[in-house]
Amino acid sequence: MSILIDERTRVIVQGFTGREGTFHAQQMIEYGTNVVGGVTPGKGGTRHLERPVFNTVSGAVSTTGADASVIFVPPPYAADAILEAADAGIALVVCITEGIPTLDIVRVVASVDKSKTRLIGPNCPGIISPGKCKIGIMPGRIHKQGHVGVVSRSGTLTYEAVDQLSRLGIGQSTCIGIGGDPIIGTSFLDVIRLFNEDRETHAIVVIGEIGGNEEERAAEFVRSRVKKPVIGFVAGQTAPPGRRMGHAGAIISGGQGTAKDKYTAMSAAGIRTVQSPAEIGATVAAVL
Amino acid sequence: MKIHEYQAKAILARYGVTTPRGEVAFSKDEARAAAERLGAPVVVVKAQIHAGGRGKGGGVKLARSADEAADIAAGLLGRALVTPQTGPGGRIVRRLLVEEGLDIKRELYLGLLVDRAAGLPVLMASASGGMEIEEVAKENPGAVLREPIHPADGLLPYQARKIAVALGLTAEEMKYAVAFLQALYRAFLDTDASLIEINPCVLTGDGRLIALDAKMTFDDNALFRHMELRELRDFDEEDPLEVEASKFGINYIKLDGRVGCMVNGAGLAMATMDIIKLAGGAPANFLDVGGGASAEQVKNAFHILISDPSVRTVFINIFGGILRCDVLATGVVAAAKELQLKVPVVIRIEGTNVELGQKILRESGLDFAIANGMKDGAEKAVRLAGAP
Repeated sequence: MSILIDERTRVIVQGFTGREGTFHAQQMIEYGTNVVGGVTPGKGGTRHLERPVFNTVSGAVSTTGADASVIFVPPPYAADAILEAADAGIALVVCITEGIPTLDIVRVVASVDKSKTRLIGPNCPGIISPGKCKIGIMPGRIHKQGHVGVVSRSGTLTYEAVDQLSRLGIGQSTCIGIGGDPIIGTSFLDVIRLFNEDRETHAIVVIGEIGGNEEERAAEFVRSRVKKPVIGFVAGQTAPPGRRMGHAGAIISGGQGTAKDKYTAMSAAGIRTVQSPAEIGATVAAVL
Repeated sequence: MKIHEYQAKAILARYGVTTPRGEVAFSKDEARAAAERLGAPVVVVKAQIHAGGRGKGGGVKLARSADEAADIAAGLLGRALVTPQTGPGGRIVRRLLVEEGLDIKRELYLGLLVDRAAGLPVLMASASGGMEIEEVAKENPGAVLREPIHPADGLLPYQARKIAVALGLTAEEMKYAVAFLQALYRAFLDTDASLIEINPCVLTGDGRLIALDAKMTFDDNALFRHMELRELRDFDEEDPLEVEASKFGINYIKLDGRVGCMVNGAGLAMATMDIIKLAGGAPANFLDVGGGASAEQVKNAFHILISDPSVRTVFINIFGGILRCDVLATGVVAAAKELQLKVPVVIRIEGTNVELGQKILRESGLDFAIANGMKDGAEKAVRLAGAP
């Protein structure tokens, strides 16, 4: 009753011994994620958080059998870290790092798309299947195991929505933050397709924001292929055009990527839209 | 990051993109001297501001002598130039570009950007130079040529030839065009540009292709590896509070309303602006203190918010999650006391130890309204901000 990850997922942390890597690895371990080790070049052979540290991802994979990786490597080295994970055959790479140059990610995504690796992010909170596995920086305690799939471009706004759901007693199958950058590895459409195929996911919450046309593409897919209820919110209804609203990808340019356009596309696709970010949970409750 | 036209042309010229001869001028006398050195029968004096539509606003003028160039310069420098893109206040002109006039046969549009849907850089071209590409696309989508570029291959010669042929260039002109377009792409890649627009790119009577105008914007995330480009940032072109915020690593955008917002995370910050609007108010700003929202960042954010005279109330909306609310609340109280906050503050916090955090706020003796959820917070803040 989850997509992409479950209690069997074996996770390594790239940038394991750094401040962020250490803190969030600890949090993931406490949540029950099967963190089997980590990678910090130059610190191979040592132990950290009672787990082995490796110099390379391939070294970590051959010793631990890891099939997922989470990246906390600083922006200048993050593209290399993603490519290294893909080269080592990691099936799921979650890149938390914010601030990676766009042209680096263009090269990375073009390369990863040809491999068997799925990249989530960058600039994302990660993925969690409540009660089973958490790969990322989201607060585990607000989540509750259940049947609603959540996909979002944002971090804290996703926590807000998940918190609303959990307080209403509505659990989640899997929650994925796909990231706020203009170029990302996994799209809304990719995740919705997976939720649509997952028997244990009964409804899907899509939390979009201004910029690009990912929401429109996802809406088109929902219209033609999805029978499950889909609830949609778009952040940035009041955002001025031409300004980058925090996320590198959140910008209305040349009149394209407005919240209005996205809401229109969602409504036309039969998605139940929510105007107020405080009513995402209540709307899901009404639809279920 | 945006730069001026004359700076963009200097960068492009280094990569082999042909640009008109020209010089930057900061004064009337420099404009006269530049015009004399150019020695062209006609020179063009162009106001340098970070906004388009300068021609329509009267910021681009022809001069037939150095004296006339100096007079035009005197008329432009130090004055606000209003264009369709500047807003009613316009922008103060502090720099000019003085260039040779050209014998223009045709005007084309060329652009390079990263296409989000394709996930690749795309070269765009149109035969309608001088027009906004969005307008061309709206009126006649077929008139905008698009050539996706694979990062491993770069812009291949055949792709450049395809564009040249589609633009109706002659065989001779096509040779120039291939070199021109490849130089443009090299510049794009090398500088981590997010946008290059050559509008118009002109074809001259003697068969040359020249970047008559040039706009370059760089990927902020890549500036760490381009120290030389960072030098080109013009703080005069930015909102002073936004500049101040950027020094603290805070994402801040000034807006028109009265409810100052302090939020952690970009998505939640946008959603907070939206819910203020739904509550009947208007946000004074977008402000993202960062997902972690440390006490130090909260203080810095307060400092920015209270520097904006239109802020009547501050709405803090922090979804901490892992963050401990007691630590955050202590930071908020300390910052509010240190900065002697005069405006009412509505706080909505969620996270570990939320009750303890709220207790600290309540017992601080400061004017804090504790909100129960973001809707309640927005409504309280809008009420406190008064009628718009």
